[in-house]
Amino acid sequence: MPGMTRPADTPLLLRTAGLTKDYATRVLDSVDLEILEGEVHALVGENGAGKSTLARILAGLIRPDAGHIELAGEPYAPSGKRQAEAQGVRMVMQELNVIGRLTVAESIFFGHLPHRWGAIDYPGLHRAARPLMDQVGLSDVAPDRPLETLGVGRQQMVEIAAALSRQCRLLILDEPTAALTAPEIERLFDQIRRLGQQGVSFLYISHRMEEIQRISDRISVLRDGRLLTTRGAAGFGLDEVVRLMVGRPLEETRLAASRPPNGPALRVDGLAAPPALRHASFELRFGEILGLAGLMGAGRTEMLRAIFGADRRAAGRICLRGSSAPARIDHPRDAVRQGIALLTEDRKAQGLLLPLSVLANVTLNHLRPFCRAGGRIQAAAERRAVEQWLDQLGVRCRSPLQPVAELSGGNQQKVLMARWLHRNCDILLLDEPTRGIDVGARFEIHRLLRQGADQGRAILMASSDLRELLGVCDRIGVMSAGRWVATFDRNTCSQDDLLHAALSGYTRTHP
Amino acid sequence: MNDTASHAHGRIAAGRRWLADYLGLGLALALLVLVFSLSTRHFFSLTTFQTIANQIPSAILIATGMTYVLLIAGIDLSVGSVLGLCTAVVGVGLAQGHWPAPLAILAGLAAGLAAGAFNGLVSIRWNLPPFIVTLGMLEIARGGAHFLTRSQTQYVGSALAPIVETHLLGLSLPFLLALAVVLGSQWILTRTVFGRYLVAIGTNEEAVRLSGIDPRPIKIAVYLYSGLLVALAAVIDTARFESANPNAGSGFELQAIAAVVIGGTSLMGGRGSVVSSFFGVLIIAVLNTGLAAVGARDETKRLVTGLVIVAAVIVDQYRHRWSQTKP
Repeated sequence: MPGMTRPADTPLLLRTAGLTKDYATRVLDSVDLEILEGEVHALVGENGAGKSTLARILAGLIRPDAGHIELAGEPYAPSGKRQAEAQGVRMVMQELNVIGRLTVAESIFFGHLPHRWGAIDYPGLHRAARPLMDQVGLSDVAPDRPLETLGVGRQQMVEIAAALSRQCRLLILDEPTAALTAPEIERLFDQIRRLGQQGVSFLYISHRMEEIQRISDRISVLRDGRLLTTRGAAGFGLDEVVRLMVGRPLEETRLAASRPPNGPALRVDGLAAPPALRHASFELRFGEILGLAGLMGAGRTEMLRAIFGADRRAAGRICLRGSSAPARIDHPRDAVRQGIALLTEDRKAQGLLLPLSVLANVTLNHLRPFCRAGGRIQAAAERRAVEQWLDQLGVRCRSPLQPVAELSGGNQQKVLMARWLHRNCDILLLDEPTRGIDVGARFEIHRLLRQGADQGRAILMASSDLRELLGVCDRIGVMSAGRWVATFDRNTCSQDDLLHAALSGYTRTHP
Repeated sequence: MNDTASHAHGRIAAGRRWLADYLGLGLALALLVLVFSLSTRHFFSLTTFQTIANQIPSAILIATGMTYVLLIAGIDLSVGSVLGLCTAVVGVGLAQGHWPAPLAILAGLAAGLAAGAFNGLVSIRWNLPPFIVTLGMLEIARGGAHFLTRSQTQYVGSALAPIVETHLLGLSLPFLLALAVVLGSQWILTRTVFGRYLVAIGTNEEAVRLSGIDPRPIKIAVYLYSGLLVALAAVIDTARFESANPNAGSGFELQAIAAVVIGGTSLMGGRGSVVSSFFGVLIIAVLNTGLAAVGARDETKRLVTGLVIVAAVIVDQYRHRWSQTKP
């Protein structure tokens, strides 16, 4: 399907005209989007480009300030989520709506459970759930199985089955693969293709370009609230998509160290915290970025948390700054006092104080410089210091007093980096520092990391994106099945080497 | 955005928040006074306001401690019973032990601190929800009060009279003390490191822990503070009634939570103000006194108070949204 025009033989499912939404600024600017029946329509753009706003309008969660929508030729103006779902438009959320201890069948029909005199008709429920579950490849799962016992990937399938339980015409997927493993992604794609053949349309929002190219029929690019173009995915090159998204060509993202690393920063010997972390030994030096690769569940997060004192260790020694005596780290407080920082994987749940200001988030763990008698905080000095950090890291916000929740993912991550730099930490443990962050901001964060290393800091960075690791890190360690299995120099290894090492723990048996 | 503009924006935002916080509460209070003044000739008088000022110091102290507790996303259900326990300690000390007044007062304060320490330490050591621990303390302290007094009211005569009889500028010592505690606690909350930690812990305790701050001592300090303020309230009430009733303080926990919630402090933690809670106490007190002045019966008073609590929380939601909207 090349070019801007749509093929004449495919009927139009949904059309928006002049869709506009304002918050503080214009978030959507007269967007005219067309979604065809049975197509997978990818929506790409940097964070803050308006993708989520557009999706939420279609799903009935918010209303546009101007413009209108047609669904299968009829005017479509849902008053809420329920009405949108009744008309066949449904959104599977980034954070899954997994409710407590519901069973699979209950979650599929939640909101319209079959009942008789108020009592749920379980046999009927399970009968009705079966074909839907078969449809999304959950034939081997019992309908009364508790949802929480399924992996995230299959929970997502349940969400999709829930969407199908209501005669779905348009399914909106927002970063559906963020928490999935490779085989789960394949399964998801199979289902998307199958449902597409049955005439269900998909609006597919993601940052992951390769996946988008594989799964989508057409791609729409949003930038600063405007729809730049909609083109057939075939022949729409990745570089071209990224260039449109960012509005400028991306520089070569391979960042080299400007000087060799200094002395040892962190030495870990035989660290273990079963079951997730079995054995890790490695050394990190000041002035270098050490990458940490591994599949999901390889124990990377657990290892970083164990070093930081966030979780209990079963065995192992941690030595700091070349000392041969093991450091005492029983609580994150001990780690931070010794200059170690942890940028957590889930910045919203474990890092940010979302409703509080940017300022309070930056200075949280280091208010001492502004402290006067009686613990009084000198507001002016605090604000000056924070403004300096925001400036230095290029954080875009209206004011230091703006709630951090209103910032984009990339800027939120920079706020957390500012917190640790302000705290004078020089051994930085970063867990997926660019997850869910758009291409432009990702590059800026990479640059900041390289700059931090060049200034002499030691950085250990876990990432699931091998190309990112190869582009940014000096050396790359690999974990597999809870063990640190290999360490590579980036100049002498390939993605294949890393992947092989990452898989090794699952094929070999360890003593 | 240039610097001046962002400063101006910050100031406008702060002013807007301040208005949202206090203007509504002040108006509500003024409206109540107005309505009762128009309804009955007996309400708007110096005597009425003196009566209210004499009644509320203990409620203000308890509500202040409760504000801190709710700010860290905790709750303290034991405040009423702990007040009973502390007043029992003071009363028994004075009436049975013939202790000097300062010693009895110190013993009462120690009892409050001990109860606070129990609440804080137990909930943290065994990672129990404060709802459960303080519910246990509610029974323990009430049992203790009855045990100490053998369920007899202890008459202390005028041993503590100087506390309530000292006046400055027409205001009683307890009222001035309560006012000072409110202002001091508000200052701590908004201007100090400790206050910043309270809000941070109530907002996201795990994030605070992972930033390298140990939230535990801070949380214990909050329960200690709540216990201490309850004990102060107990001393004041013992002095005011010249007696220690082992049933003193029954139901105060709910009154305190009501006052704090009317003031707009969130039960989820992370958002609240001591001054707002002070307004909350005033609103409940004016409501009670006013309804009594128009001749309402007890059941009517409770009914109206209940409706006001629910209405206040609804209004607060809108108010919060208004202060959050971007200009």
